[in-house]
Amino acid sequence: MSHTSQFCTFYLDKLLFGVELKTVQEVIRSLEVTQVPLAPQVVSGLINLRGQIVTAVDLRRRLEMEPRAADLPVMNVVVRSEDGAVSLLVDEIGDVVEVEETTFERPPETLRGTVRTMITGVHKLNDRLMLVLDTEKACQMTVESAVAGQ
Amino acid sequence: MSENEIVKEFLVESYENLDRLDRDLVGLEKNPEDNAALAGVFRTIHTIKGTCGFLGFNKLEKVAHVGENLLTRLRDGQLMLSPERTTALLGMVDAVRQMLKEIESTDQDGENDYPELRETLTRLLSPTAGDAGKASAQPSPAADVATKEPEQQKAGSSPPKQENPPEPVKASPPAPVEPPVTPQKKSGERKPIRGKIGGLLVERGAVHAEDLALALQEQEKGDRRRLGEILVSLGLAKQEDVMAAQQMLETKVRDAAPETIRVGVNLLDKLMTLVGELVLARNQLLQISNTVEDTGLQAVSQRMNLIATELQEEVMKTRMQPIGNIWAQFPRTVRDVALGCGKEVGIEMEGKETELDKTIIEAIKDPLTHLVRNSVDHGIELPEARVKAGKARVGRLILRAFHEGGQVNIEISDDGAGLSSDRIRKKAIERGVITAEQAARMTEREIFNLIFLPGFSTAEKVTNVSGRGVGMDVVKTNVEKIGGLVDLQSTLGRGTTVRVKIPLTLAIIPALVVTCAGERYAIPQVNLLELVRLEAEHATTAIEMVHGVPVYRLRGRLLPLVYLSRELKLVGKLDSAGSNDAAVNIVVLQADDRQFGLVVDEINDSEEIVVKPLRKQLKTVKTFAGSSIMGDGKVALILDVLGLAQRASVVGESRERPAADKKAESAGSTGEKQTFLLFAGLGDSRMAIPLSILARLEEFPVSQVEMSGTQWVTQYRGQILPLVRLAVVLEERRHRLRALQAPPAPDSGPIQVLVLNHEGRTFGLVVERILDIVEACADVRSKATRAAVLYSVVIGERVTELLDIPAILQIAGVNTMPAEQATKAAGVAN
Repeated sequence: MSHTSQFCTFYLDKLLFGVELKTVQEVIRSLEVTQVPLAPQVVSGLINLRGQIVTAVDLRRRLEMEPRAADLPVMNVVVRSEDGAVSLLVDEIGDVVEVEETTFERPPETLRGTVRTMITGVHKLNDRLMLVLDTEKACQMTVESAVAGQ
Repeated sequence: MSENEIVKEFLVESYENLDRLDRDLVGLEKNPEDNAALAGVFRTIHTIKGTCGFLGFNKLEKVAHVGENLLTRLRDGQLMLSPERTTALLGMVDAVRQMLKEIESTDQDGENDYPELRETLTRLLSPTAGDAGKASAQPSPAADVATKEPEQQKAGSSPPKQENPPEPVKASPPAPVEPPVTPQKKSGERKPIRGKIGGLLVERGAVHAEDLALALQEQEKGDRRRLGEILVSLGLAKQEDVMAAQQMLETKVRDAAPETIRVGVNLLDKLMTLVGELVLARNQLLQISNTVEDTGLQAVSQRMNLIATELQEEVMKTRMQPIGNIWAQFPRTVRDVALGCGKEVGIEMEGKETELDKTIIEAIKDPLTHLVRNSVDHGIELPEARVKAGKARVGRLILRAFHEGGQVNIEISDDGAGLSSDRIRKKAIERGVITAEQAARMTEREIFNLIFLPGFSTAEKVTNVSGRGVGMDVVKTNVEKIGGLVDLQSTLGRGTTVRVKIPLTLAIIPALVVTCAGERYAIPQVNLLELVRLEAEHATTAIEMVHGVPVYRLRGRLLPLVYLSRELKLVGKLDSAGSNDAAVNIVVLQADDRQFGLVVDEINDSEEIVVKPLRKQLKTVKTFAGSSIMGDGKVALILDVLGLAQRASVVGESRERPAADKKAESAGSTGEKQTFLLFAGLGDSRMAIPLSILARLEEFPVSQVEMSGTQWVTQYRGQILPLVRLAVVLEERRHRLRALQAPPAPDSGPIQVLVLNHEGRTFGLVVERILDIVEACADVRSKATRAAVLYSVVIGERVTELLDIPAILQIAGVNTMPAEQATKAAGVAN
């Protein structure tokens, strides 16, 4: 029996992503977001998570994907990062899956750009692929993304 | 209590005591007659020695022991405190501190047992070392101690006693090896509590009242011995009874000490956070109760409001510390610096008890230390110079702290040479910090405050203490980081005063809440001056334009207006900037030393808000200082008034630098910092050279430029200085030749020249405009895109091209003049 690990999965524009379950603090429905003018575009705003102010990162923008249609509901995946809790905005929440190491594969060489730094690899599930997201990297604002908003 | 805890307590206790030692020793040097202080010093060292002997820190004990020996002699009046002895004793204090640190990290007192220090201390034991003559002439201080020093019981030979209640050793006191019960010769300096001990003895029935009267008479006749001793010597009381009574008295004294307990800072921080949450909940409750018609609820919420407010104040108080805690080290600092540069400086302190939040105390410690060192090092003149100027030999350094308008003011004044605005002005122009025209426009105060800019130092010579040009800017940035302000005033020949204004606390601040484009923003009350409301019909005429820039006449002075919605690029429902029919709300704010009016849609209310810092994802946004949760549970952003003013260019360009520097640091670059000279390249681009190759910045009128063949040259300090025009070098090849040969246009303004040294040659680089000198890491690089450029780096958020000097020389085909001559010439001119 090989080593297994658990992932919390979610969808972004039909793609299935997974983050390690142990980094996830909680999953909540959309909360009121206070926008931060002049902030990097990937920062959707600030939310009040039971008295704690948490930065919400629009994961679609972070992963350079099509922006979400305005009428689509949003879910918050709150993850623990080095710098405290960060909320990742996703489209829809999936199941918690348990995967074996053997199904893991590095991302294809053809995956390039900043996205590659955030996607550590792929788990080949039975019916589809789950992209493994490095939450720490996703929460880190690179110089480019920070400057882009100004 | 486990041994670990004992050690921990011992460390805490000893650190505190050591800080006091520094102070006491320096005080003693000034006033060697102060036997109370000397006894205090002795006691501290004695306690440390005793405790560490018990805990098995033998090396520490050894060092403390030799120190104690010296102190014993000093206390007994056998020796006088000379500067040499003070230095040695301070050295011992440092050694002890070092060993305590060692203990803290490794549980051992380290390898070093400071043989040299111990030798010095031992050598100074002999009266011939130092100023022995005075020692013998010194009358025994024992006599007057009895009246002066109520706690003078800890004679050297008595068992180690525990001074302060939380002394760790109390749990298991070191067994007094040989209880020296016999009264000693130097007993005169013990025991002042004559009446009391007598009374106690009578009370206990150990002495008859008549006998006591007899002994008291003896004392009045001039017997300087203690009452107990007299009683014993006259055979009126037993030795044991006297000892017992003495001990009882001591216990009483100890019990009378104010009740305090040590509380971990973590716990206080936690409390503070909880109170913050409570304040939030209270705000929410108040809002609800205002909308509900329920007198019961309103009464309860009012009461809750009062309690929460009081609780908040009290909890804040627990975190307050007197500023004296950090000032305590300054006498030592001043002494060391003054001794190092041959000056005589006396330090005075006013308002030591002024209290500040712990976090703020910590944050201002370094800036204040720097300012104090600076005052001694640069402010106060050498004794001879002072005498010549008709001042007292000993310079005065005055620290003053006081509360004013919810803020704490700290002043560091010296009566030294003061600053010369002319010299600063000259230097600022020389360094390219400001232009000559700018300098002419600046007030004296503005000129003085230039010294807070990075890379600016007026010290004639660089000493090891300060004056390296880094420092004052760090002081300013650090003070501003905690929401404070620094201001400098100086009179040439009379002295300098630096005033630091800081908030009392950072966690909860009063703020004005405003609305703009449907979102609320909080403005810290500290920055707020006043509110102005212009009614709609008045608004259109009251706001005037200066070349497209809106201003408002506030009591006859023009106040620049900044529209929050525009600065934040908000798409407002209600853009007051454009609409003429709405009233205009102006919040008059103070940023640095400038005022400006911030136009917002609505002014809501002032509120106490709990400041939560912004996470690093948003650290790049300079316009916000933090965030806070409002009464309704929504998050509001706190405006950083200074950041906003910078964004709106209310405060000058020069202020951009510290921010830019900070950015370079926070980018996490590990590379070494370098200082660069920034200047404008073609168009809007920025270029830089390392400051190290720059000899001087010069400005020549075009009339001084001559042609030598196709080469621009000028006469410079008796040499011919070839001039290379950056604009031409950067031209494309086909245009270059023509441009190269063109003589300067006779009617153009003066040219800016960087005089550079390169491989022993000197040449002038003509640039469009000199921008700045910055310190930055240049490790974010990308390849060069053109020939004259080494690579591109990011300096202060802007991509900046670093010039390739050899390539430029090659492109320009220049013969340069040998550098030695140029520097020699420059040296003469300086």
